[in-house]
Amino acid sequence: MDLTEEQIQRYSRHILLKDVGYEGQLKIANGKVLIIGAGGLGAPAALYLAAAGVGTIGIIDADVVDITNLQRQVIHHTSDIGIPKVHSAAQKIKEINPDVHVRTYHEWFSPENALKILADYDFVIDGTDNFPAKFLINDACVMAKKAFSHGGILRFDGQTFTYVPGSACYRCIFPTPPPKDLVPTCSQAGVLGSIAGMLGTIQATEALKYIIGIGDLLTNRLLIFNALSMQFRTVPVKKNDNCAVCGSSPAITQLVLEKQNACELR
Amino acid sequence: MNIKLNGEQRVIAANQISINELLAYENVSQPEMVSVQKNGEFVNRSDFESILVIDGDEVDFLYFMGGGQNSESKMSK
Repeated sequence: MDLTEEQIQRYSRHILLKDVGYEGQLKIANGKVLIIGAGGLGAPAALYLAAAGVGTIGIIDADVVDITNLQRQVIHHTSDIGIPKVHSAAQKIKEINPDVHVRTYHEWFSPENALKILADYDFVIDGTDNFPAKFLINDACVMAKKAFSHGGILRFDGQTFTYVPGSACYRCIFPTPPPKDLVPTCSQAGVLGSIAGMLGTIQATEALKYIIGIGDLLTNRLLIFNALSMQFRTVPVKKNDNCAVCGSSPAITQLVLEKQNACELR
Repeated sequence: MNIKLNGEQRVIAANQISINELLAYENVSQPEMVSVQKNGEFVNRSDFESILVIDGDEVDFLYFMGGGQNSESKMSK
């Protein structure tokens, strides 16, 4: 596959980068990224990955656009209220960049569909809001040996790390979901909308680095930031040999959805 | 004693303190929402009482964070 003259123009600011170049842009064009959750994190990630020319972008989300989403889920517009998020997102991606092949899944990522969907992608972005989904994405990616970017936001804080086979996974840091009655969600605790953009674009950057094969991924490190102090910190984390999913004798060998808040049940 | 907590130097008025005591000392209101690392090693929750933090230790409180896609619409359904 070659880039057309128009594509060389479109991606010229990438191609100019010594570490990307024509070859790197070709890798991006052949890249396949799955975005799980077309919400606060998935929205900015999808916009930048589309603009970057990622060949295939998959988006999975069963939700419809709601007025409370618009404060931070920047891929959805006011006129999209009531329509499925995956359709709203797909439409924007095609408008930004018709080169992108978009695959939409109007359903929740579940133990039943997880491995089948993951098989078609190189990199996964966790843009979900709830812990059962985050643990499921982790477990499924560990089992399928897929790289993924974890992201979490709350109030003025964000955290993210990248998993590749062999590095510390989410369960190495957080072995089990927190007690269900303690979990504050965005709807209960609130979140500054632009934080979703800060984190989602970090996740998109990790996806691009992984696809191109450049730089140091955010593996074995948890990046934590607080927007009020605007302090960023990376905490080294280690693969846990006793980890229930990626340890030497894993207790978890089948995908299940961990129990969580009643308000987060689908 | 001097310890490094979440990347910042802290002076604690004790010679040693358990993880549980440190969580209380720091007024962590929901310790169940925190994963703890001491000197870069993950600490099992069941060891929060027995593992002691001493002078020079580095401790990190790592918080669960969800976020992202919103939950409002799911709550109202």
